[in-house]
Amino acid sequence: MDDRRMLTRIGIVWAVLSVIGILGVIFLLGPHMPPGRESHNASDQTQVNILLSVIMTPIVILVWVVFGYSMLNFRQRGEQIEDGAPIRGNSTIQVGWVSTTATIVLFLAAIGTYELVEIGSTASGAGAAGGQGPTPISVPTDHPLQVQVIAQQWQFTYRYPQYGGIETFSLVLPVNRTVQFNVTSLDVIHSFWAYQLGVKADAVPGANNIAFVRTKETKSFEIRCAELCGLWHGYMSARGEVVSGAKFSAWIQRQQVLNAPAMHYVPPYRKIYFPQPYGRAG
Amino acid sequence: MGLALSVGLIAWYIVGYVWTLPPTVTISNTPGSANLTLQTVASYGRPPHPDWVSYLVKNEQGQWVHSTVWQVPANSIIHVTVLQYDGASGLRNPFLSQPRGVIGGVMSVNGRLLHVLPDALASHTFTIPDLGVNVPLKGVGDNAPNQCAVTPCTLSQAHVTVKFAFRTGKRGWYRWQCFVPCAAGWIFGNGGPMQTVGWMDGYLKVV
Repeated sequence: MDDRRMLTRIGIVWAVLSVIGILGVIFLLGPHMPPGRESHNASDQTQVNILLSVIMTPIVILVWVVFGYSMLNFRQRGEQIEDGAPIRGNSTIQVGWVSTTATIVLFLAAIGTYELVEIGSTASGAGAAGGQGPTPISVPTDHPLQVQVIAQQWQFTYRYPQYGGIETFSLVLPVNRTVQFNVTSLDVIHSFWAYQLGVKADAVPGANNIAFVRTKETKSFEIRCAELCGLWHGYMSARGEVVSGAKFSAWIQRQQVLNAPAMHYVPPYRKIYFPQPYGRAG
Repeated sequence: MGLALSVGLIAWYIVGYVWTLPPTVTISNTPGSANLTLQTVASYGRPPHPDWVSYLVKNEQGQWVHSTVWQVPANSIIHVTVLQYDGASGLRNPFLSQPRGVIGGVMSVNGRLLHVLPDALASHTFTIPDLGVNVPLKGVGDNAPNQCAVTPCTLSQAHVTVKFAFRTGKRGWYRWQCFVPCAAGWIFGNGGPMQTVGWMDGYLKVV
């Protein structure tokens, strides 16, 4: 069999399987891709995951097809033979390989950078919902709801500075609202990970780590610590909830009443509480 | 050979650390209600860690046992009495100064009903996060006479009596812990007894 015929066969099989694979990724796998669509940021991340998978699919299929074709047609029968002569100096393949892979990598870098610094005036809010430190690259323009996430071995609590600095054990957010998480810690390094919202930001003592998210659906979501933080790290989880604006207002008012006795002793709202990770140790 | 031995020893230590739990102390298996009596001490006073802060529990025979794994009935009211022998060190997060998840939202401190404890007066907390239970425990005054040095401490020694009640729900293992970083001598107070089941944290086995 001549090379051209072989390449044509491989090309046809690869093209057909790639079309099937890409359609499968978009329509079958896509709806189940993490992290979901509970926030605009999560939706963006899901879209990027689908895009990456679509780009990756024909590459993986090409490798598999060539591998399978070689197994079927070039497998050695009988006695071992010598290796073939090495092929050198095929500039067409070299240039094609380098330029194709460079284009894909640069394209992915551009998409990733765009998602990271996406400006706040877009429907998605701002940024990729990853902690960007105390001075984020992009800031939303629509006056986000401020929520402070306070990590302590081994539980998260939350403060709402726009509602008198009330602190709560549970995280409740209004739907269709941009939220600015100010994430900090009272002891060791933790990581606040609201999985279905697509938010993940390290909680570092003495630091304010900012992450933005824009809520989209009224649903509950999972909260986990994503940084190994000691004995009960595996138990440092909870569920948060995105609710309607009216339900959020009622909830925050109820929290202000329920937690009023403790708020007498809670310090005024600050971005960080222990510049040195000092506590009242016994 | 040396590498394999090292890996084996480390694995043995980790597995031992993870799986070695203190004995389960049955408080009651009878549904309805149960009485859980605890004491907190500044130092256990005995091997293997005589200077570690710790909880102790009273078993059904009325003896003090050094364990933090307690078995209680499901869907029942647990009446808790904590005899607090340790001094105040304050809460790292003053939000925990309010008793929560307890019946009536109130605790009794030396017979006085309180809805909140000034954060600086707290010595420890008794907290079961998954049941929403959190109670700050008032510390003994620094100048109180006849302070306890060796466990088990007795009622004649300086202590604060804290009482409250909470409801258990469905069956399961619920971790509980102290939220005051009270491990003296450890970095930020979070090492040793705060990181070891059997001292300042453990399990509530709800059956």
